[in-house]
This record gives sequence, structure tokens and C-alpha cells, in this order.
Amino acid sequence: MSPLNFETMKEGDDLPQMRFPPISRLQLALYCGGSGDHNPIHVDTDFARRAGLRDVISPGMFSMALMGRLVTSFAPPFRVTAFSARFIAVTWVGDEITATGRVAALDRDARSVRLDLSCLNQNGQTTLTGRAALSFAANRQNNTWR
Amino acid sequence: MIDRKHIGHAFPPHVSLIEAGRVRLYCQAIGETAPTHWDAKIARSAGYRNILAPLTFPTAVSMDSPNPRRVIELLDISLTRVLHGEEQYDYFAPICVGDEIATESKILDIYDKKGGSLEFVVLELNMHNQLDERVCKIRRSFIVKGTQSGFEGRSS
Repeated sequence: MSPLNFETMKEGDDLPQMRFPPISRLQLALYCGGSGDHNPIHVDTDFARRAGLRDVISPGMFSMALMGRLVTSFAPPFRVTAFSARFIAVTWVGDEITATGRVAALDRDARSVRLDLSCLNQNGQTTLTGRAALSFAANRQNNTWR
Repeated sequence: MIDRKHIGHAFPPHVSLIEAGRVRLYCQAIGETAPTHWDAKIARSAGYRNILAPLTFPTAVSMDSPNPRRVIELLDISLTRVLHGEEQYDYFAPICVGDEIATESKILDIYDKKGGSLEFVVLELNMHNQLDERVCKIRRSFIVKGTQSGFEGRSS
């Protein structure tokens, strides 16, 4: 991918999508520890079955983290001023997530960009929708973000 | 119905030390390999104080409260009825390894839809670092399902 260039960016540009391998139980266990979200529904199959589920479900925030990787693969983290996601559908252990995004709005004067983002599963079902705001203001620096 | 008297309730603030091992584990779990998230030297040469935490890490910081289940305990709802609806971040400054992040959180709103069968709880969390800089605001919404509705088909 060519270096990020605000001057040539335009509305409708697609971000190069990211496809992720099937979500493994090991990943969910590591995420449980790393995220501090110890809800057993994400790691304990016995608990999940007692709750009426066929297996453990991946945390919505895990998919949002993958979506975040898409955003920061496109623009460096200090350019991101806001990031949000809505959790639409269950993601199961074993699901294969693809994160997609496009430049939905671009303000040349304010030097700001809005990205519309999605996560899809292997069946093409949308599991998350999201948005990110980017700033290309000249004074936004790495160390202060302002 | 969740008691609306809890709207505006502020939880006691907590301070989290951002540990290198925790950020590493988080990055490993989500497959993040960018050098600014792994290598202190590279992060510093990019202008950060230390290894940079990923965009969604503030949520992990928020889980550091002494009792992460304090919201559902206060509202007296069962964990299996709660779904994560939305997470929104506004970023003001980076979170880096070694930072001490103070988190304040409160219940911003509680409302219902579909004749009360779905209730929504909105939290706002504000984070400041050891330099007293505001680093992040999180707005988080939970969906609380009525006892008669099923769980599958829609969840975090």
C-alpha cells in the first residue's frame, strides 16, 4: 500500500480489507487475560452451555480490536481522534472475521476524515459496524496528539 | 425494570498502572504486531513516552476497577441478560506503558425500548494520566434483555 496521503484521499476510497484466521480458544483465553474481561461466557464452554449457548462467544470488543487494527493499518494511531463500534451479531469461537472500511466523508478545510467500518463473518453477515474520525491537521503530533 | 434512581451514579475512581506485560498480552491476543506497540525504542523514536497501547486498550484499563462487575451488581441484573451494545472512544492523548491512568465512571442514562423488554444502560468513563492530561473518554452502552427473551441471535 502506498504511503497515506490526505491530499489524494477521496470519499469512497476503500481501505484494504483485513481477513483474520478463525478465532481460536487460545486467542480468547489470551484476550481474557489481556483485556481484563473475565466474563466466563467467552472462555468457559461449561458456563456457556449452562447459559443456553452451543459454545463460547467471542467478545464484541475482540472484534472491535480487529477493527482498530484495520484503522491503524490505514492511518497512524495519533491521527485517530474518535473510534466507535456497535455490536450487531454474535461472533462464535471459530468464526473468520473480515474487517472492511471506506472513506465516508472528507473535509479538506478541517483536514478531517470519517471512516465507515464493518466486521463480517465467514457467511458475509455483519457482526459490527463502526466509525473512526481522523485528523490530518498539521499540528497533530505523535507525542501530544494535539 | 432497572431503577432509574441510578442515573448519575458515580463510581469511585481507580488508578491503573499500564504494565508492559499486559499490553504485550493484549497485542498478542488481537494479533497486533506494529513495532510502536512492542518496542519501546521504536515507540520513543516515534515520539511516544514508551510502548503505545492499541486503540481499544482503554477498555482493558477500565476493567482494572477493583470490582469490574460493580455495574451489574449496583443495578441488580444477571450477567447472562447483559449484552454490550456500543463502545465509543474520544482520544485526547496516548496511553503508554508506565502511565498511571485514573478512571472516573458514571451512569449517564438508563432507558428502555420495545415496551420495556429491552433496557439500555449508558456509562461514561473519563481517563486522565499522571501528567493530569485528559487521555480518553469512553461512552459504553449495555443492552439488558427482559427475562423472557432469548439470548442467541444478538450479543457482544
